[in-house]
Amino acid sequence: MRDIAPDIRIQTADFDISVEMARLTDGRSDIGAIVTFSGLCRDEAGRLSALELEHYPGMAEAQMQRIAKEAVSRWPLQGLTIIHRHGKLKPGDNIVLVMAASTHRQAAFEAASFMMDFLKSRAPFWKKEHAVDGTEGGWVEARDSDEAALANWRK
Amino acid sequence: MKLIYFAWVRERIGKEQEDVDLPENIQTVSDLLNWLKQQGEEYENALQHPDVIRVAINHEHVSHDETIIGAQEIALFPPMTGG
Repeated sequence: MRDIAPDIRIQTADFDISVEMARLTDGRSDIGAIVTFSGLCRDEAGRLSALELEHYPGMAEAQMQRIAKEAVSRWPLQGLTIIHRHGKLKPGDNIVLVMAASTHRQAAFEAASFMMDFLKSRAPFWKKEHAVDGTEGGWVEARDSDEAALANWRK
Repeated sequence: MKLIYFAWVRERIGKEQEDVDLPENIQTVSDLLNWLKQQGEEYENALQHPDVIRVAINHEHVSHDETIIGAQEIALFPPMTGG
C-alpha cells in the first residue's frame, strides 16, 4: 500500500464537494469507496445570524496533521481530505469537510467518523454565536458527549 | 515567555498575547495558571476555574502537570469546539 499524504486545508473560502471528490479520484481506478462528511452552520431554530470561527494558526494545522496521521495508521486509506473553514459563517454555510477514500466502505466510514470526533474536541477552533437581533451571543460550549466519543476510539 | 490567548480567555483577559517574566518558582502549567490568576481582575475572571482551561506548549496540547521550562509559546484557551 502506498503512503498517502492527507490533504489538509484551513481557509475562509467555501469548498465544493464535487471538485474535492474529483481531485481525490483524479487518474485513479483503485479506490472503491469514498465517505464524505460535511458539517454546516445551523440557525438554531432561527436564533442565529452567524457563527464566528476562531482558530489557532499553526497549531490547528499541526493538530489536524496529527489526527490525520493517526487515521492513516489505523485504516488502509487511499486518500484523505480535510478542509476546515474559519471566519464568520452564515446558517447554511459549509464549515468542515472530511473525505476518506479506501478500497472498501468500512475503512472509509470509520476513518471519516474518527476524524470528525477528534476534530470536534482536539482541533483548536472555537465558535462564537451571533444572534439575529444583533447581539453577540456566547461561545459554543464543548459537550461531554464529544469527549465520550473520543474514549470510544481508545477501546 | 510568550503567552497567547483564544476565545473567551482572550476576551476576558483583554489581549491576544503578551510577553511575561515569570518568577523562578513557576515551573508547571498549573503553577503558571495559578500565578497568572493573581495578576489582576481580568485574569482572575478568565482563570477562575483553572481546571477547564486547555493549554498548548509550542502548538502541542499538554496536561496541567507538564513543565513549562524551555517553552517558547504557551497558549491558553477554553475546550475546543471544532468540526
